[in-house]
Amino acid sequence: MRTIPADIAERFEVGPLVEKRADLSTLDVDSKDVPELLARLRDRHGYRHLSFATATDLFEEGVFVLTYMLHNHEERHSLGVKCRIGRENATMESCHLLWEQMWTYQREMKELFGIDFPGSPRVDESFVLEGWIDIPPMRREFDTREYSERTFPTRPGRSTKDPATHMKEKLYPEAL
Amino acid sequence: MFEGVKGFFPPPYDPKEPVDFSSGKFLKMWQGPQHPGITGNMSLELAIAGDTVYDCKTHVGYLHRGFEKLMERRLWMQNFPLVCRIAVPEPDFNEYCYAQAIEELAGVEVPEKAKWLRNLTLEMIRLASYLMWIGGQAGAFGHGTIIQWSATMRDYVLDLFEELSGGRIYHMYIIPGGVRSDLPEGWTAHALEVMETIEKNLDDIELVMFHNAVFKMRAKGLGVIPKDWIDRYGITGPNARAAGFRRDLRKDQPYLVYDKLDFDYVTAEGSDAYDRALVRLGEMYQAIDLIRQMLARMPSGGEFKTALPNPLHWKIPAGETYVKSECTRGEYGFYVVSDGSDKPRRVVVRGPSYTHAVSVMETLVKGQNIADVAGLMVSLHTYPPEIER
Repeated sequence: MRTIPADIAERFEVGPLVEKRADLSTLDVDSKDVPELLARLRDRHGYRHLSFATATDLFEEGVFVLTYMLHNHEERHSLGVKCRIGRENATMESCHLLWEQMWTYQREMKELFGIDFPGSPRVDESFVLEGWIDIPPMRREFDTREYSERTFPTRPGRSTKDPATHMKEKLYPEAL
Repeated sequence: MFEGVKGFFPPPYDPKEPVDFSSGKFLKMWQGPQHPGITGNMSLELAIAGDTVYDCKTHVGYLHRGFEKLMERRLWMQNFPLVCRIAVPEPDFNEYCYAQAIEELAGVEVPEKAKWLRNLTLEMIRLASYLMWIGGQAGAFGHGTIIQWSATMRDYVLDLFEELSGGRIYHMYIIPGGVRSDLPEGWTAHALEVMETIEKNLDDIELVMFHNAVFKMRAKGLGVIPKDWIDRYGITGPNARAAGFRRDLRKDQPYLVYDKLDFDYVTAEGSDAYDRALVRLGEMYQAIDLIRQMLARMPSGGEFKTALPNPLHWKIPAGETYVKSECTRGEYGFYVVSDGSDKPRRVVVRGPSYTHAVSVMETLVKGQNIADVAGLMVSLHTYPPEIER
């Protein structure tokens, strides 16, 4: 059973260490502590590898959960550091100085969720959605179908058929 | 001796020199998205002076289909036709990671036979993917013959997949609770024949490619990844093993039946394009060996899938997990969050190309000759779909 290292428990307000598997745990922390905690985990506790950083939109609670997945190669253990930030004007401190690929994840979160990371390199450059002007598409309120119908309207002159009715007409014309 | 007009050619590369296009010294050149020297649908925006690259920006998004968003709107089982499309040459790693994540969250046990069959397909697709890569790597240095051989060999592996699953590229063979079917009659004998053919062909490839003076001269010393970059940039897979790191999830955190198989890390020390190619060649031979081991040791009978609830009404208990596997490019993982409903709350695909093709590529390419950009890029073995998801 893993426990939170003493220096981390003393220094930061952290939640319980939740063991998902023998080689995977998660730890909830306050968002303001994230950069320092990540640096400490990297430098003093062997979590030198960043697997990914991402966000989950908890629309109903009005928060984003940010997850930083670290890995300790010696102990063969992954640790997901999680924090919550408000959805309105979502801003998080940048951690791009800790890992060289972090700025890309932050740039992606800015584009797809609208979470800002002030000071992160090229954070305002588009990543995969060149010329995107709608709300960030990974937010839960973004309706893909509505967007699609609004942006790519059916051209006049075309008729569409309900697939179920079409198949009935084709297979059982006598029943109609 | 004529020495040319002094100052006509740009001075030697100085990485500290800022790129100023108004100086007239630099030229912006796009490599991709339609270019034989690019891996998939992505492009590199290069700033060059003479034939030296001074700056690079990776552009992705040409293949963006919003997989992660689409998955939030579909039932757990409806996502299987989607996940395999995230990495075209290696769909099975997506199927495995997603299925394993669902099983963990739902507490589903997988029969022993299914683990062997899953493991078998993962090694088969590793071999197929490497065969595709080696053709690209040789082609980037002007060897047109290798791709013709390796594409044929890959097709033989795809034949095996077709017999097994009905699909050549996308298999949808691994499903929650197990796999879709057992090995067809006569399949094992056919697979062993194919392995023998590919092994012989690999010997030829090794002779023609790895002992070729042109390939050696161009690949040796190209794109050397310093050891201290491995953790700084999150580099995994053959790119890390070619730098001497003994890291392989199949050995370090064995999943499926890897702990029952005999194999070792394939490593090198040079960390350049040549050594990365050597590591991958070694892992191709290793995949053939592992396939043979599995065919010999796999239980002949037994269940290959567990009965599941009605997939149209299957609600997965709330929770989260991160499942990873060692694909040909390194750590490939799925981070899955469930809110207890019949659809995933969030699915994040962690592909190794995310760092290899963006942060690493953008840094490593500076100072290279433009003729080597394609060879360098293929040597990092990147797939854009897993970046843009």
